[in-house]
Amino acid sequence: MATKDVTAGAQPTIRLRAERRRIGEDVIKGVLALCALVSVATTVGIVVALLEPSLEFFREISILDFFSGDRWAPLFNPASFGVQPLLVGTLMVTVWACVVALPFGLGAAIYLSEYARPRVRQTLKPALEVLAGIPTVVYGFFALTFFTPLLDDIGIQVGIFNVLSAGLVMGVMLIPTVASISEDAMTAVPQELRDGAYGLGASRLQVATRIVVPAAVSGIVASYVLAISRAVGETMIVLIAAGGLAQISLDPREPAQTMTAFIGATGIGDVPTGSIEYKTIFAVGLTLFVITFAMNVLSIRLVRKYREIYE
Amino acid sequence: MSVPAAAVGRRPRGDKIRGRAFYVLLLVSVSVGFVLLGTLLVDVLQKGIGYLDPILFTEPASANPDRAGARPAILGTIYMMLILLVVVVPLGVGTAIYLEEYANRERWYNRLLELNIQNLAAVPSIVYGILGLAFLVRGLGLGRVLLAGALILTLLVLPTVIVASREAIRAVPDSIRQGAYALGATQWQVVARQVLPAAVPGIATGSILALARAIGETAPLLLVGALTYVAVDPTLLGSFTALPVQIYQWIARPQDEFRLLAAAGIIVLLAILLTMNAFAIWLRNRYQKRW
Repeated sequence: MATKDVTAGAQPTIRLRAERRRIGEDVIKGVLALCALVSVATTVGIVVALLEPSLEFFREISILDFFSGDRWAPLFNPASFGVQPLLVGTLMVTVWACVVALPFGLGAAIYLSEYARPRVRQTLKPALEVLAGIPTVVYGFFALTFFTPLLDDIGIQVGIFNVLSAGLVMGVMLIPTVASISEDAMTAVPQELRDGAYGLGASRLQVATRIVVPAAVSGIVASYVLAISRAVGETMIVLIAAGGLAQISLDPREPAQTMTAFIGATGIGDVPTGSIEYKTIFAVGLTLFVITFAMNVLSIRLVRKYREIYE
Repeated sequence: MSVPAAAVGRRPRGDKIRGRAFYVLLLVSVSVGFVLLGTLLVDVLQKGIGYLDPILFTEPASANPDRAGARPAILGTIYMMLILLVVVVPLGVGTAIYLEEYANRERWYNRLLELNIQNLAAVPSIVYGILGLAFLVRGLGLGRVLLAGALILTLLVLPTVIVASREAIRAVPDSIRQGAYALGATQWQVVARQVLPAAVPGIATGSILALARAIGETAPLLLVGALTYVAVDPTLLGSFTALPVQIYQWIARPQDEFRLLAAAGIIVLLAILLTMNAFAIWLRNRYQKRW
């Protein structure tokens, strides 16, 4: 350091470092770093666990057949491994979940950030989080035994197992996910922007919809992407309420099977290691992982973007 | 102020109505969740209350709904919770200390570590189940045992514990660290005697919430084989089941009685979760310091 040279001649050097190296301190740092390595090992483990059996799977079933095939019947004879029905099922459930989660989540976020008084916000925010803390098996039960009969009663003729009920209930579960990230982004919008708009005569509605929402858009999109990723990865609600029929249908009153539900349903049984049924779990799992991974990375990037702008 | 009255002006009537309508929409958005939550609780209570009896806690599952209980499942959940607590808290807090107090954020590997944890937090839970199936159950040859289930839940909620602990550690003001350094403390002394004690309430709250999330998980446990008939009390290396899995099993049965039994199981599960959440909130309010 430059200062060291200047002072070295005139007065004794003040050493800020310890006299001797403390081995104990290094050991502790090493142990802590090992703890951190566990999460790296988890990621590596997931990738390896998925890749190896998937590669074996794709050696038997061509990857082209897998993605272009429109019949999914891996346990039948003759078996068929077209993953499209699972993808369509996943998409359908996700779309219906989004119909609920995206608008209501955004509305809740605007209310909490722009309209609610601080005390109201302080009680409502954690209360809303309770929704996210209810186990998904409970939502599945509710969708199957309450919501589906309710839909039937109001004249929407759904089957016992159907996409609509599972999707809508899942959407409510995802409201806090959307609301909390969006609200964070809106709170990060500087007060000056709002004050400026009010100064120009804007109403509260205009400030909320034309100033705050556009300014927080990257955070809102991040919350949407994360919610979609959660919907794609959600297992129990679909497994319980949407049935297990892998079919390509755009009718939400019909049952469907998602990627997650297939993995769950197949993984329950004691499938023999190395069999093709066993490997399908991993091939579908890999597909699911790649899709959600891409969305998660996108969402993390978007969150970072609004943080960079305003914080 | 001498602004002419005309310049201040009134808003057009349409604006006011639109503002009102928008406000009502927002209120609806906030309420939807609570309406569903309330309906869900009432519905589950109505269905389950009849089966909420001592048999539920003393008997194993049975083909006869009037004699079926969830004792092995409840015990399985409690055992897993204890293992989780012992494993996940040290790992999570250790990682959080490393990231907050030791890691140099300029380094690429530390940034990657952070990104990795953020991403792990959003990996679907069933994928953790696949990890457990491939490595613990088959790879290590542990079999479909309680320990495998507990370890997979550990990995599942580890990111949550890390994030909560980091926030708690970050909330400790730097002046405390600087003060301790000035008195000649080593880095570990600063962490262990100043930072950690101050961060304990936040860490405890976050860990309890993470545990609550873990014991409500069903999907990953299905893959490590929790969906089996267990008649005896579970052991660490024996076959096991857990309360949410037992609930799923009952839901999946066609007879209505088992649906009601599932509702009773849900009441027990929600009661446990509610107690944990309330305890976490109490802990936070009681002990959290404001700097």
